[in-house]
Amino acid sequence: MTSEDLRIAAAPRWQPPALPAERQTWTRPPAAVWLPVLLITIAMALPPVYLLLRSADASAEAWRLLLRPRTAEIALRSLSLAAAVTLASVALAVPLAWLTVRTDLPYRRVWGVLTALPLVIPSYVGGFLIISALGPKGLLQGVLQGPLGVDRLPSIYGLPGAALTLVLLSYPYVLLTVRGVMGGLNPAYEETARSLGLGPWAVMRRVTLPQLRPAVVSGGLLVGLYTLSDFGAVSLLRYETFTWAIYQQYQTSFDRSTAALLSAALVLAAILILVSEAWTRGRMAYHESAGARRPLRPVGLGRWKWPAILFTGAVVTASLMLPAWVLGYWLVRGLHAGVAMGSIWTAAFNSVSISALAAAAAAVCSLPVAVLVVRYPGIFAKVAERMSYVGYALPGIVVALALVFFGANYARPIYQTAWLLLLAYVVMFLPAALGASRASLLRVGPRLEEAARSLGHGPLRTFLNVTAPLMLPGVLSGAALVFLLTMKELPATLILGPLDFKTLSTQVWSASSEAFFAQAAVPALLLILLSAVPLGYLMLRDRARF
Amino acid sequence: MTRMPAWTWLAAGLLSMAALLACAREVIKEVPVEVEVEVVKEVVRGVSAEAGSLVVYSGRSDSLVGPIIDQFRDVTGIDVSVKYGSTSEVAATLLEEGGSSPADVFFAQDPGGLGAVADMLAPLPDDIVSKVPEWARSPQGRWVGISGRARVVVYNTATLSDGGIPATLTSFSEPEWKGRLGWAPTNGSFQAMVTAMRVLWGEDKTREWLQSIQDNDPQIYPKNTPIVAAAAAGEVDVGFVNHYYLYRFIQENGEGFPARNHYLDGGGPGSVVLVAGAGILKTAENPENAERFLNFMLSQVAQQYFASQTYEYPLVEGVRTHRILKPLSDINNPSVDMADLADLVGTQRLLRELGIIP
Repeated sequence: MTSEDLRIAAAPRWQPPALPAERQTWTRPPAAVWLPVLLITIAMALPPVYLLLRSADASAEAWRLLLRPRTAEIALRSLSLAAAVTLASVALAVPLAWLTVRTDLPYRRVWGVLTALPLVIPSYVGGFLIISALGPKGLLQGVLQGPLGVDRLPSIYGLPGAALTLVLLSYPYVLLTVRGVMGGLNPAYEETARSLGLGPWAVMRRVTLPQLRPAVVSGGLLVGLYTLSDFGAVSLLRYETFTWAIYQQYQTSFDRSTAALLSAALVLAAILILVSEAWTRGRMAYHESAGARRPLRPVGLGRWKWPAILFTGAVVTASLMLPAWVLGYWLVRGLHAGVAMGSIWTAAFNSVSISALAAAAAAVCSLPVAVLVVRYPGIFAKVAERMSYVGYALPGIVVALALVFFGANYARPIYQTAWLLLLAYVVMFLPAALGASRASLLRVGPRLEEAARSLGHGPLRTFLNVTAPLMLPGVLSGAALVFLLTMKELPATLILGPLDFKTLSTQVWSASSEAFFAQAAVPALLLILLSAVPLGYLMLRDRARF
Repeated sequence: MTRMPAWTWLAAGLLSMAALLACAREVIKEVPVEVEVEVVKEVVRGVSAEAGSLVVYSGRSDSLVGPIIDQFRDVTGIDVSVKYGSTSEVAATLLEEGGSSPADVFFAQDPGGLGAVADMLAPLPDDIVSKVPEWARSPQGRWVGISGRARVVVYNTATLSDGGIPATLTSFSEPEWKGRLGWAPTNGSFQAMVTAMRVLWGEDKTREWLQSIQDNDPQIYPKNTPIVAAAAAGEVDVGFVNHYYLYRFIQENGEGFPARNHYLDGGGPGSVVLVAGAGILKTAENPENAERFLNFMLSQVAQQYFASQTYEYPLVEGVRTHRILKPLSDINNPSVDMADLADLVGTQRLLRELGIIP
């Protein structure tokens, strides 16, 4: 352990270490970094450019629609939903991450897989299930009617229902990002703090949590921006947000310019969130300087074991078991009624392969951006990072139509091929990979790289041999996140996919939108099942490090 | 090795779920729709050995039209590729693609979707459009109706009986319906009904009706399916929907499903029949195959498919409506031109003004 480690852990109030002098001045990034970042940034700029083009056609009526008090109301509602869902997701995910990574919770890796899975449940399915279960006349009311005579439950429509649905489906964003960092924490800091007399809670608050902060913030940002872009849950639970209003324009008026104006307003709301994120992010150089570290020893839960199991079990039940149970019920009921089912094996194959490709593409693209942001901070890095979030915050239909416009008219050879679809996934999901990559790179001290350089490694070799292996767990959990997001993605898959391209999510949609519930249940269950495989792999891999 | 049990546990769980799904698939058998090959051959005559290809953009979902498109492919040998999506997504895609669209045919769920891209559609030959009644097609022959959907009132059978429900929409303005109604004001079919109302009743009466329903605190849903579910659950007593969603619920839940449809016999906009239709793109690369496709969809075989498999109304003479549906001839369908329903702008302005939609 170095003296710096000791100083950090022992400081009465934990202060981030001062930034080394060379990184306070802007150094020019090498072409291997800035060139890919530039290309990625151009791709990311396609949706906003498209929005500008479309807004230019907007009629006076469209502007009048945008500039009424109601728009401010919608903005406020969108932002309050985003804030509520983000805070609740963090409150749920951080303890879950700690329990499933750092403690002796029984079967914690199984819990680790199960707690991440709700992410693959599409929100229009999740919203429908929440209403079936907790609606005024849902399953819960049915259970309570007998013993308690409850005739009708209070309405869950509006903010509470929409927030509940979105929290249950999107807390894994925070969970996965935090897990990626939590598994790689150096135990030396905590042990030193304990040896110097801090109790377990104080260690958590003053040593562990500050190290997790970048991961929590980037996970929270993903939740907040996802909430802005969600349509399924807010439409079913009747909470009017920007995305809801945008879909409205497409669905009923076929009015692309009003939709574009509203989307531009949504981008402004997203920028507000990004700015507040920059403010919460604080200073964030949490490097490890020690090259070798001992494995983490699980924390004994002792008498907290049962409450911990209850808590984890309750979250898994509400967010995963309940939906799986309802889907299973639909399936069995449909089979009983002799409902015919089409083949879904091609769809399953397509889903897994396109999602794996998207995960790999997003992870690779996230690396140069992460290096630029962390190692070469400056105005270009700031712009590139912020730009990468725009596609993610926009509703899928807007990103997809932007790429239809550019693809059909200017890139015909790749239009309606898997390539353009992959580009769409990268534009939409890069932030999911970037958050994790950035958080893990932040923990790799530049001194290690400098040492490698001084020993004669070139920059690329240094990155591949020194930095990349240390970043790997974080990058992989980011890739896992992109995989799960792509598995359930719908609008871009429908609009940009090659002709006749079917995936599990398009099959779920195709059946559920026309009320073929049994037919929807098979691909939905398979979606959950297949998503468990890469997550299981990640957990198995992690095991080697504990 | 102490860690193994966790993993065997998870693996066993996943395996058993997979096994369950596999078993399920054993039990499930495709129910083929019988094709009268001779009849179909008749319809698509003139297909040469080189059948060529066809690109269909479908705003109707795979589960509704996939089987009948497969039949078309099998019978003609034409290499059909389909892009599925919601009607609005597909229409927006077509508009963005503009002249570069690879699509030959646009198959839409409602007249609104077809109206949105009408400028991109080529006039259809008379022998195609004349197969359906005049009300069910575009007056310029840009698109043709393929199947029909009736507007009905879905009701909860535990609290109401068919006789206890009014015969016209106007009666739902009464205060006795306060808190008991469900509607989907943002839904295309609902807005088409309001448009029909404006055509038949005029602006003032329509505004009055909408306001009176609004005063009755209706529950708001995003589309038809959740309304049917809510009516069955007793969340609302009645809801304004299209007729055919109910039958899928009954198919899966059995006859005991506690909701049924009520047709508004009093005529007027409440009993309007809407159509799903299709048109051919001006830029189509395979216009002949596109015409074969429309001819096939209007053939007895395909019309019978819509009647028996999707519980819709056939639009071609001589095809029998499903026995559980009220025949089209018995519906008090007011004379409204579908093309008038394609224009939703005025309706949306009215709904917005009343604060019913944002």
